[in-house]
Amino acid sequence: MSLIQEPVIPLYDAVVKGYQTLSTAGADTEGVRRARQTAFDQFRLLGFPSIKNEDWKYTNITRYLKDEFALNGLVAGDEPVAAVSAPADLVAKATIPGLDACQVVLVNGVWDGKVKGALPKGIELFKVSQVLNDPQFAAYFGNGKWGNQHFAYLNTALFKDGLFIRVKDGAAVEKPLHVVNVFTADRNLLIQPRHVIVAGRNAEASVVESVVSGDGAGVAGEVKLWVNSLTEIFAQTDSKLDHVVLQTASAGVRMVQHTTVRQRKQSLYNNYTFTLPGAELVRNDLQARLEEDHTETHLYGLYLAAGGQLIDNHTLVDHQKPQCFSNELYKGVLLEKSTGVFNGKVYVHQDAQKTNAFQQNNNLVISKQATIDSKPELEIYADDVKCSHGSTVGQFSEEALFYLRARGIGEETAKALLINAFAFDVTEKLKNSAVEAYVNELISQHIPSQTQA
Amino acid sequence: MLIIKNLHAEVEGKQILKGLNLTVNAGEVHAIMGPNGAGKSSLASVLAGRENYEVTEGEVWFEGKNLLEMAPEDRAREGVFLAFQYPVEIPGVSNINFLKTALGEIRAYRNLPPLDAKAFLQLSKEKQKLVEFDAKLVNRSLNEGFSGGEKKRNEIFQLAMLEPSLSILDETDSGLDIDALRIVSKGVNKLRSPKNAFMIITHYQRLLEYIVPDFVHVLYDGRIVKSGTKELALELEEKGYDWLKDTEKEEVGTI
Repeated sequence: MSLIQEPVIPLYDAVVKGYQTLSTAGADTEGVRRARQTAFDQFRLLGFPSIKNEDWKYTNITRYLKDEFALNGLVAGDEPVAAVSAPADLVAKATIPGLDACQVVLVNGVWDGKVKGALPKGIELFKVSQVLNDPQFAAYFGNGKWGNQHFAYLNTALFKDGLFIRVKDGAAVEKPLHVVNVFTADRNLLIQPRHVIVAGRNAEASVVESVVSGDGAGVAGEVKLWVNSLTEIFAQTDSKLDHVVLQTASAGVRMVQHTTVRQRKQSLYNNYTFTLPGAELVRNDLQARLEEDHTETHLYGLYLAAGGQLIDNHTLVDHQKPQCFSNELYKGVLLEKSTGVFNGKVYVHQDAQKTNAFQQNNNLVISKQATIDSKPELEIYADDVKCSHGSTVGQFSEEALFYLRARGIGEETAKALLINAFAFDVTEKLKNSAVEAYVNELISQHIPSQTQA
Repeated sequence: MLIIKNLHAEVEGKQILKGLNLTVNAGEVHAIMGPNGAGKSSLASVLAGRENYEVTEGEVWFEGKNLLEMAPEDRAREGVFLAFQYPVEIPGVSNINFLKTALGEIRAYRNLPPLDAKAFLQLSKEKQKLVEFDAKLVNRSLNEGFSGGEKKRNEIFQLAMLEPSLSILDETDSGLDIDALRIVSKGVNKLRSPKNAFMIITHYQRLLEYIVPDFVHVLYDGRIVKSGTKELALELEEKGYDWLKDTEKEEVGTI
């Protein structure tokens, strides 16, 4: 089967070597070790995805895999990357003005154990490396069923650390937890963070994640970072979790973010994913698995792509049980020579009667050289459901543009206003006004001078 | 203020304006009347700089500057304002933020310092009152879900805020009930001054009962075929536009 693997991917060899080193290190418990082995075998079988894989048809990652990447501290003779303290300017970059939150900073997926601002009662934080082999956490790491998710297998085989967030049963945490993910290195690196968020029974919490990387200090010039991040979220019965992801990494970063959400009875999960210009490649796989009845799920996404950037959002809403509600709205703005991909799958199992599932994807293609591939996918096996989907691709409204200009507003500003207005449907869904203002500001920053067709 | 000389313009290859001449001075109100398809709205569009109109011949001078060479936003910054026949709905752009941006850019163009938040708010309140514009609409998305009358009143509110020297009202009266018409007219009358001028494009004479023009021009087949005072509007109301066809022939004959 290894014939599937093209021989020209140095990262593949590095990964195989890295796994052998890790598996001889032997710190893991039997359960974890087995999960890694299964995942690794699967990854060897699948290799890195190519455009022959349906889920990667529009996202060709070949050119992002050409470089060599070190596996931090895993390969013999490979010096571990020194700096694990967070460069202050990068943390500053992720700061959200006016946000009343407690903040933790992770550098290349590793948390230093510090918390800025008092950690609210009801939230517990752990390093994944500390709890990984603890039997009471075993339930959160044993899952080896990643379907056709190449990168999830790779992460499972080799991850070392990440952040474990636990919201205790019944805890209603008002202050958001701001998790700043900083990626920085002095050499090409494969970074594989592994995070877990558990919202306990009847718990309520809000997590805001920022992703930043260095332009000068960290990711300088030719340095490339492959980030293969995996987050597992467990929304227990009656829990409510708000989850904001702000992807603002800079050039040189190639990122795959896999997020699986498992929802129990009557839980509510809201995801807001914003991807901004910078990183060369961002691939988000967001999967909501509605494992019990009467759940509610909202997935909001906004992608603003520029330069030669490729932003790919693959979402799955898996309606397994009856009476669940899901709503998805993703909007995209494509500038310059960027490419956007949206693939939204809604799967309604035979058992999932009375499902309400809605999906919408709208795209504004600003430049003639930009591309968008939008693909809604509905698979419905129940007969008493309400499902809808819609997908649009459009340009600026000439009428609107003229109206603004006729009031003295310059063309660039007018376009910026229209882009902000387009994004508004998504940004207005944010519940925290400081986060909303910050996101609107981020959008504005990236618009002027980039709107020429 | 505005001098239009022998203006020819076409849209999608179709000749719409065929040698239009008009001079508007500060302090004057000019009414442009005419049947459907005569080129009234095209004239407004050409003056405001709508891109699908191509000027094939003629000149337009605004306060000594060549208007036709300017981008739409620069025309606005110089002091030309078009009240749209069909104001555009722009969801997600708040009315007030839109006006703040517009005023900011216009002031910057004129080398004026930006208004601070307090001064802007005060100005906005003052103008809302002047044109009887509902405060609730000010904070809503631009024209989104506004009634026809609310949209037109918003145009007049914008006009009041931006204080242009030349205001072109493109069929502002169409779709307005009598109360709204009265309010809009009252607003315009309050804004009239010896320093500014209005060009009121309308199909009907009724608006001119409220906004009394200094001059009335009849636009027909891309040209102004008759000019007069406000009495001309009444004559048109009475006789309709059909008699113009004959007039035009006469005029052509005498040239």
